[in-house]
Amino acid sequence: MRLNCPHCGERSLEEFTYRGDATVRRPALDAPAESWVDYVYLRENPAGRHEEYWYHGAGCRAWLVVERDTTTHMVHGVRPAGAASENARSES
Amino acid sequence: MSSERYSLFSLLRESLRGHAGWKPAWRKASPQAAYDIVIVGGGGHGLATAYYLARRYGIRRVAVLEKGWIGNGNIGRNTTIVRSNYLLPGNAPFYECSMKLWEGLEQDINYNAMVSQRGVLNLFHNDAQRNAYIRRGNAMRLHGIDAELLDASAVRAKLPFLNFDDARFPIQGGLLQRRGGTVRHDAVAWGYARAADQLGVDIIENCEVTGITIVNGRVTGVQTSRGPIAAGKVGLACAGNSSRVAAMAGLRLPIESHVLQAFVTEGLKPFIDCVTTFGAGHFYISQSDKGGLVFGGDIDGYNSYAQRGNMPVVEDVVEGGMALMPRIGRVRLLRQWGGIMDMSMDGSPIIDRTPVEQLYLNAGWCYGGFKATPASGLCFAHLLARDEPHEVATAYRLDRFGRGAVIDEKGMGAQPNLH
Repeated sequence: MRLNCPHCGERSLEEFTYRGDATVRRPALDAPAESWVDYVYLRENPAGRHEEYWYHGAGCRAWLVVERDTTTHMVHGVRPAGAASENARSES
Repeated sequence: MSSERYSLFSLLRESLRGHAGWKPAWRKASPQAAYDIVIVGGGGHGLATAYYLARRYGIRRVAVLEKGWIGNGNIGRNTTIVRSNYLLPGNAPFYECSMKLWEGLEQDINYNAMVSQRGVLNLFHNDAQRNAYIRRGNAMRLHGIDAELLDASAVRAKLPFLNFDDARFPIQGGLLQRRGGTVRHDAVAWGYARAADQLGVDIIENCEVTGITIVNGRVTGVQTSRGPIAAGKVGLACAGNSSRVAAMAGLRLPIESHVLQAFVTEGLKPFIDCVTTFGAGHFYISQSDKGGLVFGGDIDGYNSYAQRGNMPVVEDVVEGGMALMPRIGRVRLLRQWGGIMDMSMDGSPIIDRTPVEQLYLNAGWCYGGFKATPASGLCFAHLLARDEPHEVATAYRLDRFGRGAVIDEKGMGAQPNLH
């Protein structure tokens, strides 16, 4: 499995750190506890396409959103996280 | 239903008959229309659950539904290690219960599972790690579990070929649980399947659950690739795929599925006589009775249902092996494989009711599921039969995450890929 970093080109997996599901959204600060439990602990965990955060620590040090199939490890797309999610910065 | 009992006498009898009289270990059952309890997942935990339901709780109208064949999942993909060297109060009694069941397993199910209490030795490499292991060992002894602290010379007497004087990670000693060891993993599945079958449980292979039928918030059965099956209660024991199956009942779980790789080498003469773990990296190794070195390390670290991993983790595991035990450097690798782990958000399992009535969940075993097989089966059977948690599994509640009562043995927080 290799990831095609939009800044650095195709790189090996050792350069990246995984941070999990990129579709979860941080609730408002005054949101009820259930929303926070949902955000911190519960996951869709799909078998199939999965949007996930990867950090390119040994390269450009950018956060990326990778769309990848969890049943085949086929990578369908890589894009910078900032453009994809308003939460990317606060979650890092 | 086969009632044949394995014994020295039956072995001698079959030896004289050219071994032509052995019967299949369990029937190839077809699904009936209805059962008292349906277990989804014919892995070690599902089969053990069915066995204890029939044996200890007297519930025999039980079906175990397996989408593939018995032994195809994680029960046939682990590194066969059993131990109960846990620190936290929520975990220690449960895993010790499991250890005791392992000790009596072969007599209980009349099957040679090759239970071998050869010891599990966790090495430490610095003062802080020694202190942590002293604390763990003391916690274990307070729970009535055996634990023994070895200094470097005691480890050297046991495993003289380790890399003791490594500049970065010298071996200072280890925490030894002598009652830990290995168990032949496939035999656990086959033995439980046979024993459950003899008590009347239907083990239905190639039967994938495609839907869970819920009427007014209560489970009434499952839909399968072999037709609908009505059930009084449904228990999910499908680690690796727990999220997918629970989603059929509208549940979201605190679980991610991750791939863990394991490895076995060509057979060698015996030289590693206990399970040994490296404390400065993630690497654990034992030698099977056949002579192969069985070893593994970290999970790959990203969500996966693929049952295969990638090269960086292979390299990491092998580096750990070389750092600990340089003499294995020229051994040839025979096989390498991957299994899908139910990585829970605190690294501990779930054995509990669900918000759906009569639907029960056994999940989140991370990569510690094999050693838990007997106790998981016993506790899940207890929950299914009595509708209350078994006394050693009271902490494994589904709502513990919301209550802040997580059981985080490694202290990693809600980061499944770090547990």
